[in-house]
Amino acid sequence: MADQDTIDLVKDIDVDKYKYGFTTDIEQEFAPRGLSEEVIRFISAKKNEPQWMLDWRLEAYRVWQTMVEPTWAKVSYPKIDFQSLYYYAAPKAVTGPKSLDEVDPKLLETYAKLGIPLKEQEILAGVRQQGEKSTLDEEGAGATTPVAVDAVFDSVSVVTTFKAELAKAGVIFCSISEALRDHPELVKKYLGSVVPQGDNFYAALNAAVFSDGSFVYVPPGTRCPMELSTYFRINAKNTGQFERTLIIADKGAYVSYLEGCTAPTREETQLHAAVVELIALEGAEIKYSTVQNWYPGDKDGKGGVYNFVTKRGDCREAHAKISWTQVETGSAITWKYPSCILRGDHSRGEFYSIAISNGRQQVDSGTKMIHLGKHTSSRIISKGIAAGRSDNTYRGLVSAHRKALHARNFTQCDSLLIGDKCGAHTVPYLEAKTSTAQFEHEATTSKISDDQMFYVMSRGLSEEEAVALIVNGFVRDVLQQLPMEFMAETQKLIGISLEGSVG
Amino acid sequence: MLDIKNLHVKLEDEGREILKGLTLSVKPGEVHAIMGPNGSGKSTLSYVLAGREGYEVTDGTATLKGEDLLALEPNERAAKGLFLAFQYPIEIPGVATMQFLKVALNAQRKARGEKELSVPEFMRLVKDKAQQLNVTQEMLKRPVNVGFSGGEKKRAEILQMAVLEPKLCILDETDSGLDIDALRVVAEGVNALRAPDRAMVVITHYQRLLDYIVPDVVHVMANGRIVRTGGKELARELEAKGYAEYVEAAE
Repeated sequence: MADQDTIDLVKDIDVDKYKYGFTTDIEQEFAPRGLSEEVIRFISAKKNEPQWMLDWRLEAYRVWQTMVEPTWAKVSYPKIDFQSLYYYAAPKAVTGPKSLDEVDPKLLETYAKLGIPLKEQEILAGVRQQGEKSTLDEEGAGATTPVAVDAVFDSVSVVTTFKAELAKAGVIFCSISEALRDHPELVKKYLGSVVPQGDNFYAALNAAVFSDGSFVYVPPGTRCPMELSTYFRINAKNTGQFERTLIIADKGAYVSYLEGCTAPTREETQLHAAVVELIALEGAEIKYSTVQNWYPGDKDGKGGVYNFVTKRGDCREAHAKISWTQVETGSAITWKYPSCILRGDHSRGEFYSIAISNGRQQVDSGTKMIHLGKHTSSRIISKGIAAGRSDNTYRGLVSAHRKALHARNFTQCDSLLIGDKCGAHTVPYLEAKTSTAQFEHEATTSKISDDQMFYVMSRGLSEEEAVALIVNGFVRDVLQQLPMEFMAETQKLIGISLEGSVG
Repeated sequence: MLDIKNLHVKLEDEGREILKGLTLSVKPGEVHAIMGPNGSGKSTLSYVLAGREGYEVTDGTATLKGEDLLALEPNERAAKGLFLAFQYPIEIPGVATMQFLKVALNAQRKARGEKELSVPEFMRLVKDKAQQLNVTQEMLKRPVNVGFSGGEKKRAEILQMAVLEPKLCILDETDSGLDIDALRVVAEGVNALRAPDRAMVVITHYQRLLDYIVPDVVHVMANGRIVRTGGKELARELEAKGYAEYVEAAE
């Protein structure tokens, strides 16, 4: 009896800590289990794709079969049986992206629970269009600007908001399936141009089976009028999520994009292998922010999402700029290196990262800044926080090609340890093939001191509040890079992620 | 307000006894000074009262308004009205002083079941108090104690005290590292907080601070105990004669 009480108690605690752990009971359609040419044909047929797309996928599959899983990252996990997974799951009612009215109310409910009231945003925007700006101003005190959202549920994009308004500015924001149908020439031109099919094991897998994702095109000289956001949700059991995002900022364009992710609490691990490709043409700027909060598994490391993600941006022409900001708090395993290819002269890449690990989480994350053009510059600020029994590794490469005259990089890697059972590691690689390159690297490792804890607690903060405050101070430089709307949310998330990390 | 009876405390790791039967009673509205040589246990007393880890209470009691202090976490003691102004204030990188004040005040208010203050309410509250202590807006934006001069740190401590409005203020060597001008500003800040329902314990080496913060009662502490208690004139006597006779007597 007492045992049962304990079990219930623990359950309650867990649910409370990871508040996105619920599942949505919705009828779903799956592809046959496992991976084969047939499954890829099934996915492609489901989406009515053109022949070239199917051929592209099959080529990726052939390459993938010749590849082996990378083992160089500082993470360990049981071997994944790729034939036991489902590679496609979609809510049954959805055959393609629709207007909000047609979307299954259960899905909308799910997204509302996750804190994204899609419907409300549309309505709010409607109010705004009618010129009743005053009511909005009163309510949000100027802080709430609308954000266009593309919601991806398991494999399929279920709804994209604010489409009409964005279309007025010439911005295309839709699911990648839709883009294949309506803008095939753009997709064909850019898909795989930054992360080719055979780039790496997980990218090849993604290229073969990706089922949806977001597509953004911002035309020349256009500043995207609002933040764009994709919300990813894994719901189905034993299902991999393989979304693919493609963002193109044409000459002189600007876009800011935010990605959020959550998954239900499950005992089985879930696989997530996404690919994100960014292309910035001359003078364009892309700001890509991620708040990753996939289910991290329980305190003993059971369950959780395996997050193997390839994200890369290409500053293809002169004076282009790409900035990655990531807040990584979830996943059992994170394997992720958002990178910039600085091809255009005077182009700039930035990487700002907060990676928090607790419990048994393993994080191996960082960036690659590949300087190819002249006078290219990059900046890396990484803040790793390890607690519990977790392992947190920063792995970064900064390289300058011999033609990358006057390339510059500044790197700052700070690690903070909470407790004495966790690990923080910094693995920087620097390669300069031109003597004109200037690379700077600074790294620190520190612990939250007993003095700091006592001082903050003596002013009235509980132990957990004190840790959250000190950690928020530690990551401040990176927090400031996030869009305003997400700063407060992230500060809260940091507190939640570190619950139970002390004492 | 504060009642300490026969308090015995030893260091957790080395087992050495620091406080050896200390007894002290401070009433609301009173300012008590505790003077004594290095190593007499003055700072240990302040840490034990505020709840720092690393000390073991082996005997005796300490109560604040009749409530057992020693059973509470440091944050609970703060919410009950205890405030310790640190001899060496700690740096909290990346946390703006203003933000720290607000988070601390609201944490205490929440613990007491009071409404948390909104940003404008809080700003109004801080503005006047900061001005009195010569704390500029620029300083409030800087991270807590990071890059502060000695004087700035102490003024920031007293500002925290003024904003949190504690019932019992313990000032641990607040005069250390201050020049005469900074000392005056800090002392004025402290004097402004003297109130009939508030008690203060001023721990100091030197009589100098007591010229500015005039105490009602002066205690001499030596070898972990209060060895003599008198009026404010006792401070002057100590200044002239030193602690030697008390140290010898206590050993």
